[in-house]
Amino acid sequence: MELAHFQVLSAALFCIGLYGVLARRSAVLVLMSIELMLNAVNINLVGYAAFVEASEAHRALGQVLVVFVITVAAAELALAMAIILRLYRNRSSVNVDEIDLMRW
Amino acid sequence: MITPAVVLFYAAAALTIGGGLVVVMSRNIVYAALALLVSLMGVAGVFLLAFAEFLALVQVLIYSGAVVIVFLFALMLTRIEDFSRLTDHRQWPVAAIIAVSVFALLAAAIARTSVRTEPDRQSVGLSEFGETLFAEWAVPFEVASLVLLVALIGAVVLVRRDGGRD
Repeated sequence: MELAHFQVLSAALFCIGLYGVLARRSAVLVLMSIELMLNAVNINLVGYAAFVEASEAHRALGQVLVVFVITVAAAELALAMAIILRLYRNRSSVNVDEIDLMRW
Repeated sequence: MITPAVVLFYAAAALTIGGGLVVVMSRNIVYAALALLVSLMGVAGVFLLAFAEFLALVQVLIYSGAVVIVFLFALMLTRIEDFSRLTDHRQWPVAAIIAVSVFALLAAAIARTSVRTEPDRQSVGLSEFGETLFAEWAVPFEVASLVLLVALIGAVVLVRRDGGRD
């Protein structure tokens, strides 16, 4: 097993998420796709932490970054869910095509 | 060379990619949420194979225990039949082309870049991980806790019935 395995898996998962963000119309599904993209980043970070030559002091750096990504993902998820519920209550729709109030 | 670790890696990767594909393809949004769970558990398996045991545990706890549950609650609180008639955007072929070309770009970049790697995986001890997190990264860690607090309060304010106006 080598680093390239992790990198390719990460790239594939990221692109699946990218497709979901671009193609899906339900805001909840877009959010799920964003979650996939964040996990792709985490796979990459963990792969680098496991394979790249580093001094003892910096070996755990990749994994520490993953903790921060997970934290920010959780915060983002909570806020996004609140926004989606709010939108649903105000406009009774979660279709991202209909949310065009700030469209130029 | 095919070692058991490689076989397990491919199994976890198949779970991750397959789950991800169901998430972005499925018509039924509940299936999508459950497929997201499968995919994220596959990611936890990949973490295990990279000797990130603690992160695998965190992944299982946070994603299966919290994130997917939050998604299912959101589906429950918004009317679910609304979702099923929301089809994909009609520009989805463009989206597919963009996603595939980004993947090709990333794969080319991966193939061309050489990173100085060790011959095999190396584990990061949990104590080493903890020392790095709480000594060197203590301030960002505290900031992250603040981010969580702000998000928590913000979410509560946003979803209150009166819209937080009162």
